[in-house]
Amino acid sequence: MSRTAPSSHAEGAPLLRAEALVKTHYGEGAPAHAVRGVDLAVRQGEFVAVTGPSGAGKSTLLHLLGGLQRPDSGSIWLDGVCTDAYSEARWAVERRRRIGIVFQFFNLVSNLSVADNVELPALLAGLSPKQARAERERLLAELGLEGKERSMPGELSGGEQQRVALARALVNHPPLLLADEPAGSLDSKGTREVTRLLSRFHERGQTIVLVTHDARLASAADRVISFFDGRIADDAELDTAPARRGTGISGVLELRD
Amino acid sequence: MRLPLLALLARGPAHGYELKQDLEQLLGSAYPQPNVGQIYVTLGRLEKSGLIEGEEVEQSSRPNKKIYHLTEAGREALRAWYEETADEPRVRDEFFMKLALAPQTGLADQITLINKQRREYLNTMRSLSKLAATESRDNRISQLLIEGAMLHLQADLDWLERCQEELEELE
Repeated sequence: MSRTAPSSHAEGAPLLRAEALVKTHYGEGAPAHAVRGVDLAVRQGEFVAVTGPSGAGKSTLLHLLGGLQRPDSGSIWLDGVCTDAYSEARWAVERRRRIGIVFQFFNLVSNLSVADNVELPALLAGLSPKQARAERERLLAELGLEGKERSMPGELSGGEQQRVALARALVNHPPLLLADEPAGSLDSKGTREVTRLLSRFHERGQTIVLVTHDARLASAADRVISFFDGRIADDAELDTAPARRGTGISGVLELRD
Repeated sequence: MRLPLLALLARGPAHGYELKQDLEQLLGSAYPQPNVGQIYVTLGRLEKSGLIEGEEVEQSSRPNKKIYHLTEAGREALRAWYEETADEPRVRDEFFMKLALAPQTGLADQITLINKQRREYLNTMRSLSKLAATESRDNRISQLLIEGAMLHLQADLDWLERCQEELEELE
């Protein structure tokens, strides 16, 4: 599969940049300060995981980055272009072309077949039916979903539905993939599957920002941001060296009697 | 190492090197290679305490090898092993003491300690994921060992998160 990195709009600009993002939810009771001044830059090809306790605001952060919610203040740049003035419609276009998103509960269209769920965003982005079908076939094969084209989402397991959602998110080759707790409603087998697939797409150059409370999933990323109380508490690059039999790992695996 | 060796001998007599190979095959690359010297030393101790008996076997071109078998006392020790439940894993007590005492020393910040420890765990988690990916899917025992280690680490990471939540509130 050819997934060439799109050239950066502004030379050297990060694929995604956020500055001083603030978002407060006003509901019943006290206002919830979900995001309290976040600066973040994600480079082309990075795989970033955002972890933290539930209620820390990490999903809100991801929604801001994908334009699903608008910040109270602060700015977001996509490929060096400021999105401050973007309308809802413009964000919707960005989410078709430049940002793919997968959610915890898959958000597939329940009365469309698997094939139609994947082809729809391709058709909306202007592909011909023939091209959309070719892309869909390629992705479903890649994700081990051959033979499920005519199934309805409700007939699939959670893990399978998340793979369909991943195919839908990637059908237009978006430079950026956002994943909001993609394993949050899966069992451990499904979690391993999602981890493996995200790693595989990342190895081919896909930029990914992932929100998860699952450390096993987060450790697939090469950078882990710890999010507490609406703020970035730590931002760590993980080792990219191949598995080593170092002290850490053999200490953990040592069986004693 | 004592009881696993007894358990391997429950199947039938074997010599030291065979036992090392059996362990490797069972546990796969997930388990740090058992040291053959350590195995021989342990076998010697087991023999001294009467749990196994060794029998010298002559080899034409090489030194004699010793084939061990389980004694009745050894079988009894093994039965007792299976009767007991294993001890629970313990909280990382050294880290906990560091964290608990940090404010009094004035030498370290608790949140910084937690962040540092988290990085360490995440890197180990990453190594374990890679190990799980390279180890054969068919070696169930080895995969389960790795998964167990990962779940323990996950719990440690969850606990670090709790520490951070509680301690940040105090700040």
